[in-house]
Formats: sequence, structure tokens, C-alpha cells
Amino acid sequence: MRGHIRWLIVILLLTAFAVWVSLPNTLISNVSDSCYGTEENPVKPDQGIHFDFDDDCDVDIGLNVKQVFGLDIIGGLRVLLQADLPAGSYTIEDLQNASNNVNKRVNSLGVGEATVQVQGSNRILVELPGVTDPQQAVDLIQKTALLEFVDFSGITNVSQYVGRKILTDEQVKSEQARQEALAESSPAADATAEATAEATPDAAVPAATPVEEPGVPNPLTGQPFHTVMTGAGLQSAAAQLDQSNQWAIRFELTSDGGAVFGPFTGGAIGQPMAIVLDGIVLSAPTIQARLDTGGTITGNFDQEEAQTLALQLRSGSLPIPLRVISSQTVGATLGQESVNMSIHAGVVGVVIILAFMLINYRVPGLAASLALLVFIVLNLAMFKIIPITLTLPAIVGFLISIGTAVDGNILIFERMREELRAGKDVDTAVDEGFTRAWTSIRDSNISTILISAILFLFGQTPGASVVSGFAVTLALGLMLNLFTAVIATRTFLHLILAATRNAVKERHWLMGV
Amino acid sequence: MYSLVQKRRWFYALSLTVIALGILITLYSLVTRGSAFKLSIDFEGGSIYELKFTQAGADENSIRNVFGKYGDSTATIQQLGDPGEYRWSVRASYHEETEKRRILDDLNAIAPLDRTQSQDENVSATVGQEVTRAAIFAVLVGALVVTSFIILAFRSVPDAFRYGVCAIIAMLHDILIVAAIQSLMGLTLNWEVDALFLTAMLMVVGFSVQDTVVLFDRIRENIPRHLGESYETIVNRSVLETIHRTLTTQISVFFVMIAIMLFGGASIKQFVFILFCGLVTGSYSSIFIAVPLLVSWEKRDFPFNLLTKKPELASAEA
Repeated sequence: MRGHIRWLIVILLLTAFAVWVSLPNTLISNVSDSCYGTEENPVKPDQGIHFDFDDDCDVDIGLNVKQVFGLDIIGGLRVLLQADLPAGSYTIEDLQNASNNVNKRVNSLGVGEATVQVQGSNRILVELPGVTDPQQAVDLIQKTALLEFVDFSGITNVSQYVGRKILTDEQVKSEQARQEALAESSPAADATAEATAEATPDAAVPAATPVEEPGVPNPLTGQPFHTVMTGAGLQSAAAQLDQSNQWAIRFELTSDGGAVFGPFTGGAIGQPMAIVLDGIVLSAPTIQARLDTGGTITGNFDQEEAQTLALQLRSGSLPIPLRVISSQTVGATLGQESVNMSIHAGVVGVVIILAFMLINYRVPGLAASLALLVFIVLNLAMFKIIPITLTLPAIVGFLISIGTAVDGNILIFERMREELRAGKDVDTAVDEGFTRAWTSIRDSNISTILISAILFLFGQTPGASVVSGFAVTLALGLMLNLFTAVIATRTFLHLILAATRNAVKERHWLMGV
Repeated sequence: MYSLVQKRRWFYALSLTVIALGILITLYSLVTRGSAFKLSIDFEGGSIYELKFTQAGADENSIRNVFGKYGDSTATIQQLGDPGEYRWSVRASYHEETEKRRILDDLNAIAPLDRTQSQDENVSATVGQEVTRAAIFAVLVGALVVTSFIILAFRSVPDAFRYGVCAIIAMLHDILIVAAIQSLMGLTLNWEVDALFLTAMLMVVGFSVQDTVVLFDRIRENIPRHLGESYETIVNRSVLETIHRTLTTQISVFFVMIAIMLFGGASIKQFVFILFCGLVTGSYSSIFIAVPLLVSWEKRDFPFNLLTKKPELASAEA
């Protein structure tokens, strides 16, 4: 009896914790407010469990209890990008760099919960749940955005180059790498055309240059223009109003960037320098001073142009051109309906199961129903703690695990009935039921967990990722079920029998016989 | 006592008829459509657009024209839901991101699209091939796991080979029936075999074998307990003892599945329907196929009489 009460306390505590976690906006934190606002921890999280026992702003226990939903539920974008270069012409570090750059660009969109990860040796997976303008996002991700600071020394009629395509040695280098790639139709040409239309800051400049036209080489040498530094040398860039109330872009250099940019600008004061994005001259300011750490780009920018250019500077250039090999876009309100319907389905299913267990097994059925409720709450809490991304198949996996959760109890109760019919007393029958059914419960759960494991592995293929959501919730449900179906049900059943004294034991129909 | 196994020939006949019909359906699909199943873009690559227009104006022709411009004049175009909802689904070939954008812009020119209620999925052939490879791998590993499970379950039992073969025949029975249902749905409702179908299939195999193992366990348990009885009677008794458990378990899963099919979203319904069919045939086959097969084997019914040349020795063991 002691043992059962002890288990009851454990179960009640676990359940109470799980209920609290599964409620929306779970937050408990003793981390001082002054620990936030730094670069690493800009904002105090509004959800989660955070403890900092020694007040050193180093969180000792940190759990982000937040329910993450999949694209099919909250809408958004998922793209799988593949490096558009022959294998071997770049390293895994290059790919990691490209991925970091994509991550920076994606973060500049201000989407929460964005996922950017390298997959295999040549791919990057980007998931942007909740993004409202997927097209803009793809543009931003895919844009190669080769940003160059180009030596224009000696060029006199600078303004006629603005908005035109020029040829630089950096472009020649990346073009060589590209030509080695398999000749395949690529959207690069279109991207350049769009870039031309967007990034022309000067209204006086004639309409966008046709893309087919090759860039203009340096008229003084007949060779490509010399690229001083690429966007990789930039630390940061921001749009701001200057003294004359004009929009300008303030930029900072990295130390590597400064090491190149400082000496060059120092030796070319008074000469023009071109800022070139994807071959198109954006502006060609005159160098005013030696720039070792940063500077300001002025031009006839309006606010939007300045902010766009700053964003393009900030997000850096992708070292590897990326091609979309699969994509999924889901409208923001589309999934909500399905979720509501799934919740509806879940509630109806659970109510029917509860009623069925109560009618069919009476008092043991009551114990199983309580255990099932504990099971559901524990699952919901685990979804937030692990965290498990809820997609529609994941919800189905959970609902089916609810269906199979009572399977264990049914095995036990059927055994119990047989023992009671064979004339055993209630206490013995209950114990026998649990002991004898255990191997069957274990075997059937293990075989389904094995199937889930296969499905989970299958779901690791990017094209079949829906499957892993199903497999994870199903497997989690089966594991929790081993606890609730056996321990929780047994505890509840023994305590109900004890509390009712002999009222239940004397009436075998109450035991479902 | 009601004797299930005595009517075993009826059950065989029923299952064989259903399977034969299923094979006919699959062959019909193979002849008329060129494939037994419609493969989804998960495996084949391609694109699916689910479009929601905010007002009237789009019809099959105008949508086809747009896709035709991009070399996709054979796209499958279907209206979804009520005509007043202006919802359409288009199954086309794979489009690069820029091409996809032009398609959506052109569609938007026919009638304004509501992007928040539209969705699209584009899968290139490369990704489709990978999913196909992973699927084949998953099926092979699944077969290995299920076979090991059967071998482990019957490792120390006399006639283990017999039990194992009967369990596998019941499993193949379920696979054939579910595949036939999928083929039929492909012919009538354009259902496609996707990654979730394969998921349902593996689950069906798992459940089917589990059910059979529970039943066979009970038969083994009952043989030493009722030594005087004939094999047929013992088997029959075991079925009746476990049928309650099998049905009750299945019923609780069915409740959830029926609820999902009634209230759940469209994409999930096909998956749950296939799972549901698989569970029904899985329960049926363990009781009405696997167990009767054991009895047939024991009694040397055709074709088991061909398996051994010494029936006298075998029946003496029983």
C-alpha cells in the first residue's frame, strides 16, 4: 500500500508539472533582468525554465519550453538548396560559410525559429515557418550578391558607369568555377535582371542593361577592372541619415577587410571607387580619406534604397551559388483549419475511448481512463520540452499512440477477467493480470518502436521528412505508454480498490466481469 | 463451441477472391495507366499547386494555358471542394524557382490568388530518386526486422518454421490487399503513392505480425494444457480466447482513426484510410488466415500434403 501511495505522489507531481508545462506561456526564471540586453542575450525570453543559481548570468538550467509547429500548420517556406558547382571545387567549410550567410540573411527578415542547416556534402536546408512573403525570402536566400569594391582609378566619366555592368577580375574568377559546372539552365540570369531593376539608385540612369551584354572591361587597360575587396570584408552596414539629411550607408570593416581597404584607399585619395553588386555599378563615390575601419557611402538614395543596399551589404556574399532542388510553400492560414480539425478529431477519439473503457471494464476502466489522461498530458509536455515540431503527421502519430495506449490496459484487464472467472480473488487477479500481460505489452511496444525507428531513418531523407514527425510522436507515445499503462494504471486501480474497501471486491461486475 | 477453423476453406476462398480482384485492378491500372500505382511527386519529382482564388474567373482551360506556356500542357488540373470556393489543385512537372514565380504571377493575372490559403510543393527528380532509394532501403530493413521478430518469437518452439511461414503468408495477404486498395483509389480518386503511404504500409506489416504472434502464443500455451484435445479444437479455443482482446484493441485504435477521417484534414485522410484498411485486414488475416493455415498444415490439406512424404509420422506427433 505504501508503495502505491508513493507512486501516486510521483505520478501526481509529474502530472502537475506536465500540466503546467503544456499550458501556453510557461515561464519561470530567476535570471536577473540585468543579464539581458547584451549581444549574446538580447531579449529576456518570454517562455521557458531558466535558473541561474550563482547569479553570474550563466544560466545553469535552461529549458526553452515552447511548442514548435511545422510549416504545414503555421505556413511558411522550406527550401532545399544544392551547391551549383561541381563537387570538389569547394570545401565543406565553404558550404558552412554559405550556410552561415544564408542564416544571416534569413535572420535579417526577422522570422523566428528559422532553421538553416548543412545537409550532406552539397546541400543546405532552410526552413522559415511563419514567413509571410516566401518569394522575398527565396530571393534573399538565393541571391549570390557578389558585392565588390572596385578600383576606378583614372576613370574620368565615372557617372556613366553607374547602373551598367562591368567586368572585374573577381567575376572572372567565379565565372571560371561556374564554367566547370555542368551546362544547366540556371536562374542566375533572371536574378541579375531583377537585381538591376532593384539596385539602381540613380533615377537619371538609363533603364537596366540587357543581361546578355557582357560587362565592360577597364577602358584604360582593356583588362577586367581590379576588385579591391569583396563583401566578405564587411563587418556591418546600416542605413542612416547624414548631416545633409540624405540617406547614406554607414559600414564597418573586418580586420581582414581593413588590412586591404586601408592601404588601398590611403593610396588612392581623390580617385573614384565603384561599389558593384552582381556586376552592376551601384554607385561610384570618390575616395575622401584612408578608410581602415569603416566609412560612409553616399548617393541619391531614398530611404528604401538605402535600407535595401545596407541589407545586401550586411548579408554578405554567398561564396557558393545555390540552386533550389525542392521547395514547399504553405499559406499562413491554411494549416490552422487542419489543426482545428485534428484537435476536434483527437477530442472526439479520446472521449469515445474513455467512454468505451468505462463501459467495458468499469472500475479498472476508470483507472485506465485516469492513466490515459496522465499519458496525454505527459505527451503534450514532452512535445514542448524536447522540443518536437508538431506537423499534421506528427499529430496523427500522437493520436494513434493514444489509440494504442489503451492496448496495454486491455491486455491486462482481459487477463484479469480470466483470472476472476477462474475463481481467484480480486487482489490476486489484479496482480496476475499485470504480471502475465507484461511480456505481451513489452513485445508489442518494442516491435512498434522498431518500426518507428525505421520510419524515422526513412524520414531523414529531405524529401520524406513528413514521415519522421509521425515516427517521433508515435515512438514517444509508445515509450510513455510503458509507464502509464502499467505503473499509473496499477497504482490507480489498487488505490481505488483500497479506498472503496470491499464495495468493489464483492461486486465482480464492477471489475468488468 | 463455434468452430472457426472448420470453415477455413470459405475464408481462403474469400481472401483469394479479394486478392485476385486486387491483382486484376492492379493489372488494369498497369495496362490503362502504364503503372500499377500513381507515384506522387515524393518519388517521381514534380510539383503540386493548391490554389485559392479570391473570385471567379479561373477555369481548367485558363489554368492549363498558364502551365502550357511553361511546357506543362499535360498537367493534371482538378477543382477542389465547392465551385464557389475557387480552389484548384494542379499536378505538374518540376519548376525552378523563377519559373514557379512566373507561373504564380500569370495565375494571379487570371483571378487574384489568396496566397495565405494557397500552397505549393516542388520536388526535383534528384530529390525524388533519393526518396525512392531511401524507401527501398526502409522496406528491406523493415522486412529484416519483421523476419527477426518472427524468428525470435518462435525460436524455442516445435514447428517454428510452420508458425513463421503462416505469419508471413498472413502478412503478404495484408500487403496485397492494401496495395490493391491503393491501386483502386488511384484509378478512381487519383490517390498517389507517397512517403506516407509507405509509412502506413510498414505500420500495417508491424501490426499484422503482432496480432498473429499474440494468437500463436496462445495456441502454444494451450497445447500442453489440453493434451487430450485435437489440434483443431485447441486452435479454435485459442482464437476464441484472444478474439476479445484483438477486437477491443483494434476498436480503440479505430475510434481514433475514424475520428481523424471524419474531422481531419484532407492530406492526412488518405494516410489514415490506408492505415485503417491495413489494421482491418491485419486482424482478419491473423484470425481467419494465419490460424486456419496452421490447421490445414497439421491436417495435410492441399497443398501441404506435398510438403512431406511421411504424413503418418507428422500426425503422430500432434
